[in-house]
Amino acid sequence: MPVGTATSQFTGVDFYHLDSVLSEEERAIRDTVRAWVDEHLMPVIGDCYIQGKFPKQLIPGMAELGVLGANLPEEYGCAGLNNVAYGLIMQELERGDSGIRSFASVQGALVMYPIYAFGSDEQKKKWLPSLAKGTDIGCFGLTEPDFGSNPGGMITTAKETKDGWVLNGTKMWITNGSQATVAVVWAKTGAVDDAKSIRGFIVPTDTKGFTGKDQKGKLSLRASDTAELHLEDVHLPKDAVLPKSGGLKSPLLCLTQARYGISWGAIGAAMACYDEAVRYAKNRIMFGKPIGATQIQQVRLADMLTEITKAQLLSLQLGRMKDAGTMTPQHVSMAKRNNVNMATECAREARRLLGANGILAEYHSMRHMANLESVYTYEGTHDMHSLILGQEITGIAAY
Amino acid sequence: MKIAVCLKRVPDTTAKIVVGGDGKSIDESGVKFVPNPYDEYALEAAIALKEKAGAGETVVVALGTDAAQETIRTALAMGIDRGVLLQSPGSADGFEVAKAIAAELKGQGYDLILFGKMAVDDYNHQVGVMVAELLELPCVSAVSALTVEGGALTAEREIEGGVEQLACQLPAVVTADKGINTPRLPSLKGIMAAKKKPLETKPVSLGAGSITVTSLALPPERQAGKIVGEGPDAVPALVQLLRTEAKVI
Repeated sequence: MPVGTATSQFTGVDFYHLDSVLSEEERAIRDTVRAWVDEHLMPVIGDCYIQGKFPKQLIPGMAELGVLGANLPEEYGCAGLNNVAYGLIMQELERGDSGIRSFASVQGALVMYPIYAFGSDEQKKKWLPSLAKGTDIGCFGLTEPDFGSNPGGMITTAKETKDGWVLNGTKMWITNGSQATVAVVWAKTGAVDDAKSIRGFIVPTDTKGFTGKDQKGKLSLRASDTAELHLEDVHLPKDAVLPKSGGLKSPLLCLTQARYGISWGAIGAAMACYDEAVRYAKNRIMFGKPIGATQIQQVRLADMLTEITKAQLLSLQLGRMKDAGTMTPQHVSMAKRNNVNMATECAREARRLLGANGILAEYHSMRHMANLESVYTYEGTHDMHSLILGQEITGIAAY
Repeated sequence: MKIAVCLKRVPDTTAKIVVGGDGKSIDESGVKFVPNPYDEYALEAAIALKEKAGAGETVVVALGTDAAQETIRTALAMGIDRGVLLQSPGSADGFEVAKAIAAELKGQGYDLILFGKMAVDDYNHQVGVMVAELLELPCVSAVSALTVEGGALTAEREIEGGVEQLACQLPAVVTADKGINTPRLPSLKGIMAAKKKPLETKPVSLGAGSITVTSLALPPERQAGKIVGEGPDAVPALVQLLRTEAKVI
């Protein structure tokens, strides 16, 4: 038996009948991605995780299904879905593994979205169809070794020359960084203390002076490609800049897109752990009865189901607000903060419920538990989202 | 080439079935329904044949309640061109269902009519072959490989210990077995496009038929297994029990 196949068919978690408020298409999209994950991802994910390898072979299938940039318009080869359907896709991918959802988040929300939102017509036509097809793989270079939660302090520079731009700097914790064919890199075009001068650049990764180096030694997101990017006198043509990008708010807009998807993705990971825990609790016999017959495990399961249901309600309403155009970054902060924290707790409790078996890759909870520590930390740490909400409430920034 | 695929909405094979209050039907509340898995082979065959030919029309026909529209949309999302729903609660008598479907298909110029070899909810195996008979068309059932060329088809059927090859002229009826292909998942774009494809609904009334369901029961709960011992020493006891208790040797 390949590693990671202990869970029999996943059927979802829907205690509050939320299926009844999803459209027929939204449900069909969710079920299709769920079937794809069962068929293609689940048989390989355990081995990929142990080997520390992203399952690259799945990219063409994901692209054919249409999950890359799925909420962007059809004219660029995308599926043109609403944001709830997009969220459900993220949920199903992360039910498999946070690393796979991360790949899709980065490709769609952090590479295709900025090209779509800030790019010229030529840039959109050149890059979006190939990114949707998965023939180009993208990464997003914002975070630097010394500037994580404070991206406005970045020291990567883009100097304008008479025929283009020259970029210098280092970016860290870059998902897809080693395998990307194109990077969206954020750099300061003015003084080092001028965050308003931040602009986005499209950098083909075969440009001279650009290198992506695999991040070694990860104990989380092992089935994801994480890299450090070095830009040393990278010469780019004039039209490499995203013309409509300007200031820190541009990359932050991208992060809002990605964080929105993460709020859904975390629910998927939590559902996977809950599903596994319920099955195990019913089947594992100890002291002559299933462990699910004990109060302590029932409390665990009740807490998990309650928290998952609350998170589902949060993300669904957030998605409807996003489609209606009333969603703010602070709304997204609440969902990302709550749902990822909820999922880390569910994964930990599921792992504990599984006893010694819970530490094996044959089961999924510990893999999710380890992955979710990264998800808790990236795209705005849990703590930063607390402060964003604190600022929203009091009007005073504490960071 | 014009191809029809007949489709049935059935409970998901992994769904937990509860017998309804009448003791003759299943309680549908909370049960997920899917296209009959054997019909998915028929859908895939139709779509692949049209893709290969580069032209033609594929039509999905389902008999069922309005809820079957969602099942038809799944077929449209996979790539079928249009759908027809024959609105009816259905019948336990496959012949009544076959008559309604044959009436819909008759005279429409179909070159090929595809079914799954059976529906997994009632294991009837009847409707496809009955429709062929009613339309006076040749029928090859339980097909595990299919090619269509120059107005004729060749098919393979897995029989005990071998493979049977058959050929017949079109128009014809084929019922699909597993092994014939791997049904595709609909793409997300396909799901969105399915909304815009034509889906016609036609009320039909079935005859009373001559078969009724008298009762429906779940299989008995599986008994716990028995461990008779370990290693070679346990073999005689095992053989004994297989003979006297399980009665399988």
